[in-house]
Amino acid sequence: MNHIVPFYIVLPLAAAFLISILGRFIKGFSKVTAGFIFFTLLCLSFFYIFSGDHSTIVYNIGGWEPVNNIPIGIYLILDPFSGFMLCIINTMAFLSALYAVSYISLYTGENYFYTLLCIMVAGLNGVVVTGDLFNLYVFLEITVIASYALVAFGTEKEELEASFKYQVLGGIATTLILFSIGMIYWYTKTLNIPDIAGILNKSPDEKIVQFCQLMLIAGFGLKAAIMPFHGWLPDAHSSAPSSISAMLSGVVIKAAGLYVIFRLFFNMFQLTYEISILITAIGTLSMVVGVFLAIGQWDLKRLLAYHSISQMGYVIIGVGMGMMILANNGNKAFASLAIMGGLFHLINHAVFKGLLFLNAGAIEYRLGTRDLNKMGGLFEKMPVTSATSLTASMAISGIPPFNGFFSKLVIIIAAVLAKYYILAALAVFVSIITLASFMKFQRYAFFNRKSIKKAVNEVKDVPFLMKFSMIVLAVLCLALSLILIPGIRDTILQPAVDVLMGKNDYYINLLNM
Amino acid sequence: MIVFILCFILFLVGLFGILTSRNIIKIIIGLSIMEFSVYLFLVLIGYIENGQAPIITKDMINLPVVDPLPQAMVLTAIVIGLATKSMLMAIAIRLYKKFKTFDIRKITSLKG
Amino acid sequence: MITMKGMSPIVKKVSQLISAIIFLYGIYIIVHGHLTPGGGFAGGAVLSGAFIFLVLAFGTDVLNLRREEEEASVIEGLAILIFVLMATIGLFIGIRVFFNNYLPKGQIGELISAGVIPLYNIAVGIEVGAALFTIFLALVIYKEEISK
Repeated sequence: MNHIVPFYIVLPLAAAFLISILGRFIKGFSKVTAGFIFFTLLCLSFFYIFSGDHSTIVYNIGGWEPVNNIPIGIYLILDPFSGFMLCIINTMAFLSALYAVSYISLYTGENYFYTLLCIMVAGLNGVVVTGDLFNLYVFLEITVIASYALVAFGTEKEELEASFKYQVLGGIATTLILFSIGMIYWYTKTLNIPDIAGILNKSPDEKIVQFCQLMLIAGFGLKAAIMPFHGWLPDAHSSAPSSISAMLSGVVIKAAGLYVIFRLFFNMFQLTYEISILITAIGTLSMVVGVFLAIGQWDLKRLLAYHSISQMGYVIIGVGMGMMILANNGNKAFASLAIMGGLFHLINHAVFKGLLFLNAGAIEYRLGTRDLNKMGGLFEKMPVTSATSLTASMAISGIPPFNGFFSKLVIIIAAVLAKYYILAALAVFVSIITLASFMKFQRYAFFNRKSIKKAVNEVKDVPFLMKFSMIVLAVLCLALSLILIPGIRDTILQPAVDVLMGKNDYYINLLNM
Repeated sequence: MIVFILCFILFLVGLFGILTSRNIIKIIIGLSIMEFSVYLFLVLIGYIENGQAPIITKDMINLPVVDPLPQAMVLTAIVIGLATKSMLMAIAIRLYKKFKTFDIRKITSLKG
Repeated sequence: MITMKGMSPIVKKVSQLISAIIFLYGIYIIVHGHLTPGGGFAGGAVLSGAFIFLVLAFGTDVLNLRREEEEASVIEGLAILIFVLMATIGLFIGIRVFFNNYLPKGQIGELISAGVIPLYNIAVGIEVGAALFTIFLALVIYKEEISK
């Protein structure tokens, strides 16, 4: 059981380079290998979540035992929160790899595509599993380098420009992160996250730690594209191939940005009220401004990308409210509810935004355009795409009984209970505008029978594997509502919330291993 | 202490370069300067007065050793920096092929 | 400038002689990675330097460069696979932990010591050499495409 931990990283990494070598000689090798590896990873992540054993696994690489209770060497730490993220990452990776089997015929160089996808998944799994600050930085860079290349995959004007923008801003973020890691190492003389947590626990709150916190928020905020740092996201996410957009929007900004912020601020630093207000404020800002930027867009994928910023805002205010309540020593049950709402929205957003990007890709695959004005009447021509995108649109705008409704409801209930009425009102308001914006999408793309263009008449629905991925995600949109049922909640969501709530357990686990 | 301040000034020089220059190559150079300042900072925090190199040999003198961990971190960071910079250069060459210019003001195919 | 004809005969002859020495120096740095400063990355950079030197002096047409790039990237992938394989073997030998040092450590300061670390260094050296050469060739090919 212990030994499965390094395989989350090794399997996709080995697959990436196997594909880059053997893919040149054997036709179709890349598709089969990538699909098989992602399926294995999917099984491994579900194996941990559903094994019923929610204890933390600490795996020290190279067998370096702690000396005098001071950990040396790199630790991999797999706890329910990591397992929760692993499930999202590997499910989305598997489905987008399946989707890409047909979709990638729009581009050349499928070997490079699958190699980069595997490297990206290896990096993401590494970010989620690692327990070492510098190691986290390395895996983060592996992820983003692969995604820079994938954004520029089409090598047309827009793609290259978007990728350049992404890389310059990503480079600045990297520098900030490395700088603050250096500062933390200077202050604590260790890189192990639980060990740092232990040291910061004993020492009083210092200015240098606050400085590091601000730098980390700026750095990971740039990676997660929360509001003041969002400039690159609409370009990068709309220019990438659609299956990659689904990965970038559904997984990368969460695992490489939000996951790290949550992990570091809950489990490593001491929660302070100022920092939690700051995090909630930028979350609220991105939630409100993102949706207003989205509603005026006519490029389908750009519209979806702006909605990603807005929906990330929901996740941040959910978790940020939990932070504020905990920092104020408020009611723990409310904090738990708020964090649970945030994490629930995180998994939901991965599913429905991934599905919407796959739909956009399906339309682009048949029509060759992303402009909403050039579509219309696709409802009859592409029934599966239409039905699944209707599901996803209803889920994202919060219509029962889809999953988006329940997660937004949980966040709003938590906000009302904790007496943050303004946040609750804003959440409802943004949800309504989201609904308006997706009604526009549905009307112009699928219904709107009057303006059927000639090009649309000969359109057929997409190949089977693309349909399959979309249908699975659409079913998940409905099925994930069931997570709130107590029995299922206790296996998936509640342990992850408990990891974030129980700050002290994180480093006590390490000492007791 | 003065070296840390110089380090920070180098960081700001890089940031200034990124923010003000219009040429893609100059932006990349600015980004590199910024990263180098961070590498310098990392090496400096591991330094000890009169410390010797952290290599185990047979005839080691009993002196304090400089912290080897920041050095390992810098090496790793340099490798990563190399990868990102070469990626950026490749994109810059491709951009030049499409737009026939390195001027960032003329590369505006994306709006909104 | 990289042209099909390359530089003058003097440069060609001298670069032929020197690149062998550079190559040997790169191998020296890689092999002594666990004893001296340097190791896989530094040595690999020197190795790729020897190749880049030759390409600069002799010059080849784009078709040849493409084939060389293909070969270099296959070697790079193989080196990484060997590295991963060596790390995974640690799961089955010795204390059965991923990445552990399962070979005898030997005497401090001797060439054959430190267990598997020299082997990792060699794999990293090959990988970095091939990768830097691939990057160089890719950039050259892009530039050639523009000038056409």
